[in-house]
Amino acid sequence: MRGTATGKRPVEGQEPPTAEVVRQADAAMTIRLAGAWKLAHELPSAQPVEDALRGTAAPAAVRFDTSKLAAWDTGLLAFLDRVLDACAERGVAVDTAGLPRGVVRLVELARAVPSRTDEDKHKAQEPALARVGERALDRFGRAGEVIRFVGELTVALGRLATGRASFRLRDLGEFLTDCGPRALPIVTLISFLVGVILAFVGAVQLEQFGAQIYVADLVGLGMVRQMGALMAAIIMAGRTGAAFAAQLGSMKVNEEIDALRTMGIPPLEFLVLPRFLALVIMMPLLCVYADVFGILGGLTIGVAMLGMSFQQYWNETIAAIDVVDCVPGIVMSVFFGALVALFGCLRGMQSAGSSSAVGDAATSAVVSGIVAIIVADAVFTVIFDVLGI
Amino acid sequence: MAGADGNGRHGERGGDVAIEVRKLTMAYGDYVVMRDVDFEVRRGDVFVIMGDSGSGKSSLMRHMLGLHEPAAGDVLYGGRSFTQAEPEERERMLRKMGVLYQQGALWSSMTLAENVALPLGEYTELSPREIREVAHLKLALVGLRGFEDFYPSQISGGMRKRAGLARAMALDPEILFFDEPSAGLDPISSKLLDDLILALRDSLGATVVVVTHELASIFAIGDDAVFLDADRKTMTARGNPRRLAQHTTEEKVRRFLTRGGELPAPPVHGESR
Repeated sequence: MRGTATGKRPVEGQEPPTAEVVRQADAAMTIRLAGAWKLAHELPSAQPVEDALRGTAAPAAVRFDTSKLAAWDTGLLAFLDRVLDACAERGVAVDTAGLPRGVVRLVELARAVPSRTDEDKHKAQEPALARVGERALDRFGRAGEVIRFVGELTVALGRLATGRASFRLRDLGEFLTDCGPRALPIVTLISFLVGVILAFVGAVQLEQFGAQIYVADLVGLGMVRQMGALMAAIIMAGRTGAAFAAQLGSMKVNEEIDALRTMGIPPLEFLVLPRFLALVIMMPLLCVYADVFGILGGLTIGVAMLGMSFQQYWNETIAAIDVVDCVPGIVMSVFFGALVALFGCLRGMQSAGSSSAVGDAATSAVVSGIVAIIVADAVFTVIFDVLGI
Repeated sequence: MAGADGNGRHGERGGDVAIEVRKLTMAYGDYVVMRDVDFEVRRGDVFVIMGDSGSGKSSLMRHMLGLHEPAAGDVLYGGRSFTQAEPEERERMLRKMGVLYQQGALWSSMTLAENVALPLGEYTELSPREIREVAHLKLALVGLRGFEDFYPSQISGGMRKRAGLARAMALDPEILFFDEPSAGLDPISSKLLDDLILALRDSLGATVVVVTHELASIFAIGDDAVFLDADRKTMTARGNPRRLAQHTTEEKVRRFLTRGGELPAPPVHGESR
């Protein structure tokens, strides 16, 4: 019985690798390896050899003939590994004397430690239902973490109120600057454009009734009651919430948070509190700022494209917006600030200790932050409607 | 000779117990890392937690510091349970400990001086000027005079470790923990750090717990040690590392301490002192 397997894609200047199975009279089998056994070539399959070993007339021993072997690398080792597996399975004796010494040593190294009979393998095969259940339990667990975090934060705020919280005013100042002045350029741009968009959308409809002047009402009320707070919050979720998560996450990787803990300084007070306060203080201010620039955006469109005078538009806006109308936006923005800070800090503190986990934490902070903002917005809008504000 | 398996110094120091770890089981969820870890650390000793990679050496330290809650068992300091202590009590106990983390774990938004000053500001009645002076002194002790206003990102890994040590010593702790002090250091810096650890122990009378698998360090500074075996998931040896290297009956411990049989077991220097 003779069988030869040859790689199909020879590389120039080198013989293609071949593996030839030769049966001998003494029930032994010789595997004749020839050519350049390199990964760069297409290597012959170990299947014919395995079949020969597993077949009905299995040999008693396996020998190797490598007199024509030109070169070898991992490609040969992978082939041999499969052959040796098949031999071990059938209890066939293997004589490695024919192999190059380097190959023998590497094969011995690779096969020195028996493969783990691990429990992990079974985990991957868990039924779908169990996986769904595990996911669900995991989610519930995470919800619990949010609640615990809110609780701890409340305790920390309590300690702050009684003057026992340990954090540095300088940190608070730093975060106030970061959440306030440094966020102004992007808030200016976004809220101005939102004002412009509202004016355009409104103008198309109102023009049909010759009521373009009400664009000022639409933009003014829309910004003040909803869009100012919402846009400022979403910007801060993407900008600052993500930054908080990344900062705290990398502090966790670097064991800085553990260092605080073992120093007896509660990380929640020292790290989370100043960030939380900064956002809660700055968000309403950013909201009012966004309102103003949204109205300016609408005004620009009104004057430039809808044929209104500056005075007309301004008077209409002033007349439309009552002081009470400003309340919903400002109240909401305080809560939005709290939500953004909460999720930013929570995700950072939850982050596992690796650099990819820090990225995940930042992403998760933005996603949960924005979801929380939108949900809270919906709830608040209904509440304000019921209250008649 | 006082201690059964220690060297001569224990007799002089009275050999009373600073830390007790009792039947400690460490687990993450259902996965048990180590069970039945049980030992005590005598006051003034340099105690080495050694073991192969992944055996939970650092985990054990984190359990002793309350960063992880044990699945079972207890950790006691000065005879008082740390595991069962109320948060305020724990905080008080932690104040007597200093920790040097593997990468130094300096707070990256603060300068070296501010890092050392923070615990001083939290727990002492010193004036800001005095705090600054003490912080500068602590940094000078670890050879970082002149680097007070540098940020952690501006200095080398070895310097960060030394700065971390200065911060760990800020409150003159009774117990110092070191997580892999020689990891990432060249042999000379590593030796200097070992010398510093011994100098601190001798001058401050602190108890030192070191997590390491660096043989040179283990023999140079260890008075007492425990060996954690990753395969058997428990501690398999306890005693002076030099004596263990010569007399242990545990094959794995002997191989560990002689680098797989390559190095001769070092002489036990306790007797000669």
